Amino acid sequence: MNYRVIFNLLSSASFFEAAFLLLPLVTALIYGENVAMAYVISILICLGVGTLFRLFRPKETTMHAKEGFYAVAVCWILFSLLGAIPFVITKEIPNYIDALFETVSGFTTTGASILTDVESLTHASLFWRSFTHWVGGMGILVFIMAILPSKGNGSIIHLMRAESPGPSVSKLVPKIRQTAAILYAIYFGLTVLEIILLLIGRMPLFDALTLSFGTAGTGGFGVKGDSIGSYTLFQQGVITVFMILFGINFNFYYFLLARKFGQAIGISEVRVYLLVILSSVVMIGLNTMFMYDNAFLAFHHAAFQVGSIMTTTGYTTTDFNLWPAFSKTILVALMFVGACAGSTGGGIKVSRIMLFLKGIKNELALAAHPRSIRKVKMDGHTVEPEVIRSVNAYFALYIVIFAVSVLIISLNEFDLTTNFTAVAATLNNIGPGLELVGPTGNFSYFSWGSKLVLIFDMLAGRLELIPLFMLFAPPTWKR
Amino acid sequence: MKIIIVGCGKVGSTLAEQLSKEGNDIVVIDPNYERVQRISNEFDILGIAGSGSNHSVQEEAGIGSADLLIAVTGSDELNLLCCLIAKKAGNCHTIARVRSPEYNQEARFIQEELGLAMVINPELAAAMEIARLLRFPSAIKIETFARGRIELLQFRVPEKSILHNMKVLEIPASLKCDVLICAVTRNDQVIIPDGNFVLQSSDVISIVASPKNASVFFKKIKIQTNQVRDAMIIGGSTTTYYLALQLLAMGIGVKIIDKNRQRCENLSENLPEATIICGDGTDQTLLGEEGLAITDSFVALTDLDEENILLSLFVSDKFPQIKTVTKVNGSTFNNIIRKLNLDTVIDPKLITAEYIVRYVRAMKNSIGSNVETLYRLVNNQLEALEFNIREKAPVLNIPLEQLKLKKNLLIACIIRNRTLITPRGQDKIMLGDKVIVVTTNTGLNDISDILAEH
Repeated sequence: MNYRVIFNLLSSASFFEAAFLLLPLVTALIYGENVAMAYVISILICLGVGTLFRLFRPKETTMHAKEGFYAVAVCWILFSLLGAIPFVITKEIPNYIDALFETVSGFTTTGASILTDVESLTHASLFWRSFTHWVGGMGILVFIMAILPSKGNGSIIHLMRAESPGPSVSKLVPKIRQTAAILYAIYFGLTVLEIILLLIGRMPLFDALTLSFGTAGTGGFGVKGDSIGSYTLFQQGVITVFMILFGINFNFYYFLLARKFGQAIGISEVRVYLLVILSSVVMIGLNTMFMYDNAFLAFHHAAFQVGSIMTTTGYTTTDFNLWPAFSKTILVALMFVGACAGSTGGGIKVSRIMLFLKGIKNELALAAHPRSIRKVKMDGHTVEPEVIRSVNAYFALYIVIFAVSVLIISLNEFDLTTNFTAVAATLNNIGPGLELVGPTGNFSYFSWGSKLVLIFDMLAGRLELIPLFMLFAPPTWKR
Repeated sequence: MKIIIVGCGKVGSTLAEQLSKEGNDIVVIDPNYERVQRISNEFDILGIAGSGSNHSVQEEAGIGSADLLIAVTGSDELNLLCCLIAKKAGNCHTIARVRSPEYNQEARFIQEELGLAMVINPELAAAMEIARLLRFPSAIKIETFARGRIELLQFRVPEKSILHNMKVLEIPASLKCDVLICAVTRNDQVIIPDGNFVLQSSDVISIVASPKNASVFFKKIKIQTNQVRDAMIIGGSTTTYYLALQLLAMGIGVKIIDKNRQRCENLSENLPEATIICGDGTDQTLLGEEGLAITDSFVALTDLDEENILLSLFVSDKFPQIKTVTKVNGSTFNNIIRKLNLDTVIDPKLITAEYIVRYVRAMKNSIGSNVETLYRLVNNQLEALEFNIREKAPVLNIPLEQLKLKKNLLIACIIRNRTLITPRGQDKIMLGDKVIVVTTNTGLNDISDILAEH
């Protein structure tokens, strides 16, 4: 394997992280907080690591599929390891494993926290925590690719494939750099739009920025102890709408911008996604009607919670742990469905579930008519058998990792719901689960070993299992 | 420029690679999903699985905003249909590969009436290339610039040549003729030599000169320059037919050997002046009987690459004086084949791709780039470009020795008012000149690109 080309990428990633850390540094200076030095030290460490990796000049710069997968996995781990440093230096999260959990949770846009009191954090650290969501949402390497000039070989498609969510990657325009730039422009534009709307709703600038970062990356770190609960209905409404918008396949927006409305409406995944949200909101709203003052509030909270869980954001306005079992079950089911492919959301992805169900339908038909030839179709195109196969492999791997994680977590002697939803909330990059890890709880109760497992789950969930598994599979190490 | 390529076989993928490296937006269309997948992974291009003649597929590929559509699928009719639909749907330029001889006679009609920008026939292109070489058998490859006023010739320095151990600097003085050595290929390595570079035998060198100077030069270094008197062609394919037509017109005797009786009969009907032999071209006795020893040139054009290579190796081993030409088809082992001491190797698919790339460059020319002609040599490692100086550029009116040029780049020739200037340090590039540049840096678009940094 070509290690040097990976080192080269790691070096760029470290430099970029140093640049990202300038933002919380500026925040610390604005608020006159004494953690500024901690961020300066972190930046220096990032620069040092970056320079170290730069010492290895690649002889051969082409990157094959294998290097792509490894680079993405290693890059995300390095990014998290470096990103956790400021929390430890400022002593806000003194334990490194805890800090790592928080950072991984940030970059993977999970939003699960080990903090018992969020409001005691400095503005700088709160900003950094939320900003990791924004960076992780669209993907670190996609960002680097969009910015960094490099010789135009197509091999970076392997990076994009490993990093971006969904069963298959499609380019919007022939050049991958342009594709990445278009995606980031849409991402940036939508984020700015949300910030403006929140500011119109009289939200303080700091909250508007951090919450928009959390929404855009479908992350879920708040800056208040009760997440989004204490904001006005309008502000909650804006966040609801934008959570759902960020869960939509970004191709949809591209088609809208390119005035290809027919193609935009033709994305069946988006239709199904919106339909699932609508029906879940109606069911939960009716089911929880008796708990709130009026029907509007019930539907408001139902919409916020469904949007938050389905897009795997993880903000909360109300303690849904107290909801009736039927509503909770719907939420747990939505946890697994997740957002659209090609969005910033996590989970299994709507399109993957659609393909899975279509595959099953075909299998059933094949059992009845063994000689029939059937092809799975989606959006008018035939889906290649390889895609179906990779979806099936994904499900198999998903179940294995889920079961093993729950088993290890259960060593903490918590109840099954806690264990089950803790793994579901991390592997699907949501954030809150039920019971102990519910909206009012957090992940600090777990032992460090369990935290490591959950860290693995978060990374595996964000990178869609395969890259991270390749990293730990000895047969693929060989040349 | 936005280019849609329909069909990604050998020609299609070569085109996609070259053109995307030159910074064009490439979309490829091919019904084979796997192939599309592979090629769009390999190069920075967009792949669409589907039929290129399908209007909705072309729409998906963005035909509305495309500048050019190139149809190079295996079927002539499909290629023409793709171009017709593209013309109606997108009003872009279109290029079609049409290879069948029956359409070839109507090529002009097809091109004009169907509004195609270019119709390319790989077999015909290969035949023309071979014919050009047989007119000047010492060269491995010949390209022309400035409407034939300048030639770029590639040839191998023979054993015991006076060029052996000679410095490039000394050549004009000791041979008293005005040629420029612009590239040397040694051990698979392309070198742009400076004055102190020492030539050796079995180097492949490229020279730029006017045709007259070139023939003087070859006389001085005792390389034969007359066109061949006769040619023996093994294999009676379409290429053979086109080649024989041209050779006969040039007054070169043609002998064609093919195994297939039917083919031989067809050939003899169409080429009454040629000698057609029905027999096994790999049979050494037959070759001997038919006068291999006294023939001037030998062209291996069978359908099997391996057979062609072995035949040529056999001939050049036994009769080193015979000029051999070997056809291979889209081989991925070009680097090995070049080591084999074969004389000239012709690859119709690469030639096709080269022709089309040349057209695209010229088309770009009208939009922004100023490349008039482009040749790729030595397995695409070397480029020779002809620039037209039409507007002001930072390189004008400065003595060449003061220009900071890119590494591995040479200004081979300046043409001013139809006179040829072999550039020395004091010469300047002026407005209205044509300049020929030889370089191993690919992707130059403008004369100012020859500078190291702006």
